[in-house]
Amino acid sequence: MSEKELGKKWDRCLADGAIKLGTGLGLGIVFSVLFFKRHTWPISLGSGAGLGMAYANCQNNLRSHYMLHRGDKEQ
Amino acid sequence: MLRACLRGANATARKNYRRIPLTSLQQCRHYTAGESSSASKVVVAGLLTVSGGIGGTILYAKWDHKFRAAVEKNVPYSDWLLGLALGPPAQDPGLPIKKRVRCCPQLILIIVTGHKVSRELLLPSVFVSRLEASAEATHIISAISEVPSVPAPCDTEAAAVKEPMKERPVEEVAARLAQQEQEEQDISASVSASLEDSLASSAKATLQAIGAQEAALQAIIQHTDKLKEAMEAEVLPEEKSNQWKDLEAALADRTTALNDARAALSKANESLDSLRSVIDKSKGLKISSVRPLVLAAEENLHNMVVDLDKMVMKVQSAESEAKIVSQYSELVNEAKRQFQREVSSLTPEIQANWKGLTGKLSTDDLNALIAHAHRRIDQLNRELAEQKVREKIHVDAALEQQKLEDQKALDNAVNTVLQHVKEEARLEQERKLAELREVMEAEMRTQLRRQAAAHTDHVQDVLKVQEHELKAEAEQVLSSKMLEQETRYRQLTQEQLDNFTLDMNTAYARLKGVEEAIDSHVVAEEEARKAHQLWLSVEALSYSLKTAEADVPTVPLENAAQAVRDSCRDNDFALALAAALPEKSLQRGVYSEASLRARFNSLRSLARRVALIDESRNSLYQYFLSYLQAALLFEKSQEAPPSQLSSEDLDPFKLLSYASYCLEHGDLELAAKLVNQLRGEARRVVQDWLIEARLTLETRQVVNLLSAYANAVGLGTTQAP
Repeated sequence: MSEKELGKKWDRCLADGAIKLGTGLGLGIVFSVLFFKRHTWPISLGSGAGLGMAYANCQNNLRSHYMLHRGDKEQ
Repeated sequence: MLRACLRGANATARKNYRRIPLTSLQQCRHYTAGESSSASKVVVAGLLTVSGGIGGTILYAKWDHKFRAAVEKNVPYSDWLLGLALGPPAQDPGLPIKKRVRCCPQLILIIVTGHKVSRELLLPSVFVSRLEASAEATHIISAISEVPSVPAPCDTEAAAVKEPMKERPVEEVAARLAQQEQEEQDISASVSASLEDSLASSAKATLQAIGAQEAALQAIIQHTDKLKEAMEAEVLPEEKSNQWKDLEAALADRTTALNDARAALSKANESLDSLRSVIDKSKGLKISSVRPLVLAAEENLHNMVVDLDKMVMKVQSAESEAKIVSQYSELVNEAKRQFQREVSSLTPEIQANWKGLTGKLSTDDLNALIAHAHRRIDQLNRELAEQKVREKIHVDAALEQQKLEDQKALDNAVNTVLQHVKEEARLEQERKLAELREVMEAEMRTQLRRQAAAHTDHVQDVLKVQEHELKAEAEQVLSSKMLEQETRYRQLTQEQLDNFTLDMNTAYARLKGVEEAIDSHVVAEEEARKAHQLWLSVEALSYSLKTAEADVPTVPLENAAQAVRDSCRDNDFALALAAALPEKSLQRGVYSEASLRARFNSLRSLARRVALIDESRNSLYQYFLSYLQAALLFEKSQEAPPSQLSSEDLDPFKLLSYASYCLEHGDLELAAKLVNQLRGEARRVVQDWLIEARLTLETRQVVNLLSAYANAVGLGTTQAP
């Protein structure tokens, strides 16, 4: 069902976003605690990076249909 | 502009009009009068022309009968008008009598000339009976030249009277001639008899008249003589009285004789007149054999008239003499009477008849008488002398008178003699004419005999030739007829054969037809059965389409399709159709329209949300914007799609509302078409739905076609009761 695809994509987007945000947050906290004397900037960096990656992934996922892949080109 | 021009014209006209009102009025009047006079002139001219035309027509019709007939034929009611003006149309009398007279002898020419001419010429011989052939013998020679030109009017008249006559045979002609001669003879006999009768009667009357005239003459002469005697002779008184008695008797005789003579003369004149009339009548008959009789009668008449006239003249002269004598006697009587009166006056006592005087008178009386007588004598002598003197004058006068009378008598005599001479000359002329005629007739007869002989020879030759010709013709006719009969016989037999073969063929063909009909019936039944099966299978297929439920597709249509395929094994069209069913529908089945509709409703919101996304715009921000648009934009949930989509209708929202409308109204096809117009992400979202919709539509279409086809075939094969 093509109409369910979008929903699926959004689910993946959200899931992916949550994971990446969490992971980025976690890593940021870890790094902030461990290496960067509890500054907040590694947390925000990490969460931002995570969010950004999630955003990029989501966008890429959503765009994937319109993008020509290297494999297609060769075909 | 036109009105302005008119106004200007009117203004100028009014100005001009005001300037010369009177003259213009007069002119107007004159103009109108002139107009009316010119109109009346035209009318009068027209009337004159018309009446002139009619008058001229009538006059010309009066003169030319053919023109009249033509006018009566072509112009209706003209016959009434012409009849009124001219009287009934005179019937064409054919040829005038002169020409008819010339036509007739061509009866004789028939024997002479050929057939054709004779046919035409025989027609006028209808009139032959009345006319003499010989008289026209003199005209025949001249008529020969007229032969071709003469017959036409006679022809028409005779044709109108009788049917066209064929040539009459010689016997008939001879019979006619004989009849004619017989008639002529009869007429001549009757005429001669009448002539003789009248001649005899007139001769008798004339003789009687002459006799009477003679007797009268004699009586007159006698009377005159007696009178003279009585006057002059001195006889004895007794004899005198006898004489006077005789005289009186003679006078009586004379008067009676004269009366008889007059009566006889009148009778004779009457008979002569009748004779003359009979002669004229017989002359009018114009038959030659009568002519000599007529001539003789005329001569006799003439002679009788001459004799009668002579006698009458004699009688008249005798009468005139008698008149003179009677006058003389009267004079004498008068003198005697006077003398007697004198004597009686002298001797009154002697009154009696002086004849008895002697012996009775005395001497005195005698003396007186003698003296008177002497005196009388003297007187008479004197008178005599006077008379002698007057004698010459009287004689001259008398001579003159006599001359006049003689002249008159001479004139009369001359006239009568002239008449007689003229009559004689005329008779002579007629005699000569008759002689000449006879001579000519004899000559004509010889010529005609010669011509008749020539004609018979010619006719014989012609007949021989004709015989040959006719024989040849007859043989030809016979052979042609025989040929005809043979061909007809052959034709008939052929016809019969043809008819027979035709019947056989028709019977055979009918038999064949019947067999074919039966076979075709069987075939048709087979076809009908097959069609029925097909229809049933198609019905089953369409029924199986209905087995779709809410989200469950129909059963796989494979079985039904197989059944259809089985039932139309030899029907390419149905097979093709059955093969056109999409694979997926066969394997999996199709969704119903309702399920598609429901699915669309859920699809619609999704499509709205990604309406802005396409190849160029597909970042997350665009997604956000698209979602925002979908939240903020309100469109009609259902809108009727226009018949033609314009560029602004390709907006996804509009398309979706059109598609909803179509779906709500059951038009899946149009909805699919509209949804097909979506582009970008929205299209990707509805792709599956579109595919399903296409599938359903395809299947439905095929099934519909099959069903229609099955119905058609079924209708074709089923026969109405």
